[in-house]
Amino acid sequence: MYDFTYQRAASADDAAAKIGGADDGAYIAGGQTLLPTMKLRLANPSDLIDLAGAGLSGITASGGGVSIGAMTCHADVANSAEVRSALPGLAALAGGIGDPQVRNRGTIGGSIANNDPAADYPAAIVGLGATVKTNTREIAGGDFFTGLFETALAEGELVTAVSFPAATKSGYAKFANPASRFALVGVFVAETGGGVRVAVTGAGASVFRVAAMEAALSANWSAAALDGIAVSADGLNTDIHAAADYRAHLVTVMAKRAVEACG
Amino acid sequence: MGENGIGARMTRREDQRFLRGKGTYVDDINRPGQNYAVFVRSPHAHATFNAIDTAAASAAPGVVAIFVGEDMVNDGVGPLICGWAISSKDGSPMNMPPHMPLSVGKVTYVGDAVAVVIAKSLQQAKDAAEQVTVDWGELPAVVGVANAEGGAQLHENAPNNVCFDWYLEDNKEAVDAAFAGAAHVTSMEVVNNRLVPNPMEPRCALAEHNSVGDNTTFYTTSQNPHVARLILSAFSGIAPEHKLRVVAPDVGGGFGSKIYVYPEDATVVWAVRKIGGAIKWTSDRSEAFLTDAHGRDHETKAELALDKDGKFIAMRVSTLANLGGYMSLFSSAVPTYMYATLLAGQYTTPLIYAEVKTVFTNTTPVDAYRGAGRPEATFIVERLVEMAARELSIDPAELRKRNLIQPDQFPYQTPVVHNYDIGDYEASLDKAKAIADSAGFAARREQSKANGKLRGLGYCNYIEACGIAPSAAVGALGGGVGLWEAAQVRFNPTGNVTVFTGTHAHGQGHETAFAQVVSDQLGVPTENIEIVHGDTDKGPFGMGTYGSRSIAVGGSAIVKAGEKIIAKGIKIAAHMLEASEDDIEFADGNFTVAGTDKAMNITEIAFAAYVPHNYPEGVEPGLDETAFYDPLNFSFPSGTHICEVEVDPDTGTVEIVNYVAVDDFGTLINPLIVEGQVHGGIVQGVGQALTENTAYDDNGQLITGSFMDYCMPRADDVPSFTVETTETPSPLNPLGVKGCGEAGAIAAPAAVMNALTDALGTENIDMPATPQKVWRAAQAAG
Repeated sequence: MYDFTYQRAASADDAAAKIGGADDGAYIAGGQTLLPTMKLRLANPSDLIDLAGAGLSGITASGGGVSIGAMTCHADVANSAEVRSALPGLAALAGGIGDPQVRNRGTIGGSIANNDPAADYPAAIVGLGATVKTNTREIAGGDFFTGLFETALAEGELVTAVSFPAATKSGYAKFANPASRFALVGVFVAETGGGVRVAVTGAGASVFRVAAMEAALSANWSAAALDGIAVSADGLNTDIHAAADYRAHLVTVMAKRAVEACG
Repeated sequence: MGENGIGARMTRREDQRFLRGKGTYVDDINRPGQNYAVFVRSPHAHATFNAIDTAAASAAPGVVAIFVGEDMVNDGVGPLICGWAISSKDGSPMNMPPHMPLSVGKVTYVGDAVAVVIAKSLQQAKDAAEQVTVDWGELPAVVGVANAEGGAQLHENAPNNVCFDWYLEDNKEAVDAAFAGAAHVTSMEVVNNRLVPNPMEPRCALAEHNSVGDNTTFYTTSQNPHVARLILSAFSGIAPEHKLRVVAPDVGGGFGSKIYVYPEDATVVWAVRKIGGAIKWTSDRSEAFLTDAHGRDHETKAELALDKDGKFIAMRVSTLANLGGYMSLFSSAVPTYMYATLLAGQYTTPLIYAEVKTVFTNTTPVDAYRGAGRPEATFIVERLVEMAARELSIDPAELRKRNLIQPDQFPYQTPVVHNYDIGDYEASLDKAKAIADSAGFAARREQSKANGKLRGLGYCNYIEACGIAPSAAVGALGGGVGLWEAAQVRFNPTGNVTVFTGTHAHGQGHETAFAQVVSDQLGVPTENIEIVHGDTDKGPFGMGTYGSRSIAVGGSAIVKAGEKIIAKGIKIAAHMLEASEDDIEFADGNFTVAGTDKAMNITEIAFAAYVPHNYPEGVEPGLDETAFYDPLNFSFPSGTHICEVEVDPDTGTVEIVNYVAVDDFGTLINPLIVEGQVHGGIVQGVGQALTENTAYDDNGQLITGSFMDYCMPRADDVPSFTVETTETPSPLNPLGVKGCGEAGAIAAPAAVMNALTDALGTENIDMPATPQKVWRAAQAAG
């Protein structure tokens, strides 16, 4: 790890001001990606702006949905009575991220700002049509994830919370990479006031929706409705763990299991 | 036997400190003013280099010294050696390339060290190491054994990248003739996948030099500190043995990878003798992936010939084995005498031809890893037998039974060197079948089918040669050392006992099991017995721990030392009890005059030996005996493992739904520790079969260089095992033990893959059978 200046932010505004004053600063939330990267000397920020004291954690129920502060750790989301009641698929997703250590350090804001293509949360944000709140604006979940490790966040812009709408159905199924336990393919299915959504993480460069599956489930909410509906392997990820055609196959399998998980 | 004697399920005493964070590992040791070493490593798999520019790095803050390979050459430091000489079929010796601790002019794998930076802090050493520049001349990389012979040449003295082209015996003609007359031939091509050892504790080297007496102390994560000292002294020439103390304190796992003296070890010891003070190097996990000697990596064509009754009449095996970029300490022995000599398995196969060609590739050096050759042999034998059974529509257990060596045939001379001492293979097979309810398998398979799953059952009847090894036999086969073991049993004046063993524990539980042996023999409670190991300044020279040898060889040495204690005690007791030595009986810690109630406890005898006021004439004071024990033969643990799997054809996920191990380890000193060893071995075997994939790209870059991509098996990948034993005590060592450390890793890969191929109805699928591979196989099988 290279030397850096540690700064602790008292609020979101304070964090934004501190990063504005740094040469090459980085926010640190749970540090589950950033710290290992720094330890390997693959990242060298001049300043770390710690958000732990910025007052950004906590879960509140609102309008049948939930609002989750950016610094809320995965374990708190998984164990939240409000989340489990309103959005069981989201609670299950959070409870399946990493291992207990990761779930007690990693945060929802840190995860989505990083937009690892194999992260779980993007599937829920897009699948539920959530709204990402930042220190300057609100971004629709469907517009937030723009590419491999890319988001709509501007330089220095900070995620403060994610607001999830009420859902009549929500479910998540993940086929984990056997080594890392990240999502090789993860599929979130939901029915909200905005309609039915099917969002896939892990398979492509970034989270994506599957229109044909959404249409099929809108007509007939059942796993069987997805029989024979496959995504194209074109453009999907290929690595030593899974080639694109295997991932494409798993999208359908996991989508059906996500529907079944909704009960 | 006392409460904690032989056979007691005593919990491991050492776990108290391991589980409470009270262990002392090398990295826990810090010496005043110590400096830190960081190695500059090749980013290329194959490259030449001329100049290494250290000017900027030398001027960096905190830098104490920077050394390159020429510095060691100029000091007369010798290369790292392979300690086992193998000859090719034509009689020519193996082509052992020079392997300098810091490479000179050329590198042959990613991670090959070319310079060491020593600085006052680790951070400063890392910063400076980044400023060392090397003018690399990149060469094409050779990756994969099949590409070695036609690939770019790694070493001048190894044409076509071949180290040796060996056979066990020149009997191909006879074996071919048997095949020509066979009623059935089963043949297959088998890949035994390369594994990264991944002990929990990475390697660490801390050396300290005292120039006043020219004494160097080297703290190291070694499985065999005396051997490490011998190599550093006799072969590398870095320090004379009597001036070098090697300490291997608590060590967090080895699995073979900590047998060897590595480049970092030799460099740190040499450097500290040049610059004084103390130098510490601690491997990080990334370095461990790149530089700890890997295991396995064979490609084999194997054939089994059977007669019309299903009797095995001959076997033919041709193997290409990967050595990696250089030879390692035992890397020539592992794919030859640790491998081909096990191809008889538990069977009466009369004719076996085995040839092995070893090649260099631009990958991490390969050496012994838990099982070392024996898992590779077992995998071939047991996959062949299972396939033959399927091809002939004979129940796989039945086919095995037709060919098992029977109990009345021991000692049994196999056609491949070994002479098995004892065993009852059918007893293990029958017991395992009963526990695994193999009779009920068909119904379970139907139930799985109804749930959309594929179920399979696989056997593995394994044998291993452990308790290595009789020194004369080892020498005759090319080994460069004797493989005896030493022990010293020292009664202290107050009657408690300090036992020094030449073996080394890095997770095995010796401090408990050995104390049970001593307690059982000498009648001293285990709490009054301390087991000391891992320090060349304490106790006699010892050969260390590998090859499941510690209890069979090291334990026997302890017993031999104990026998000397008893013999001396009888002399003292006879004098003090005013009886004839012939009338003194020793049992449960008491020397008794036969037929009387006159007795002295061994603690009283110990006190008398140290305060010899009333003492037999001609007997030396003290009660402290040393024994060296050279085994009469290898020991031959054996058993049957049965694995049952269920496959989800939609995803390719394999669930091990049942795993039964019935092992014959001879006498069990501590069944609890034995079960733990079997559990760990099975999990490593399951890892090889299903999860552990060591992948290089075409440029020789290790793709699976972290736990994000290299899949270690986890607790939820395996079921709760059923581990049982049968017992035919070895007649060839005083304890009747055979060794249990490697059995699980030897048996599990074949058991799992036999079950998996049974489920899928496919002939073969290469390890590791990852979900993607299994899914594709399930698709192909329909």
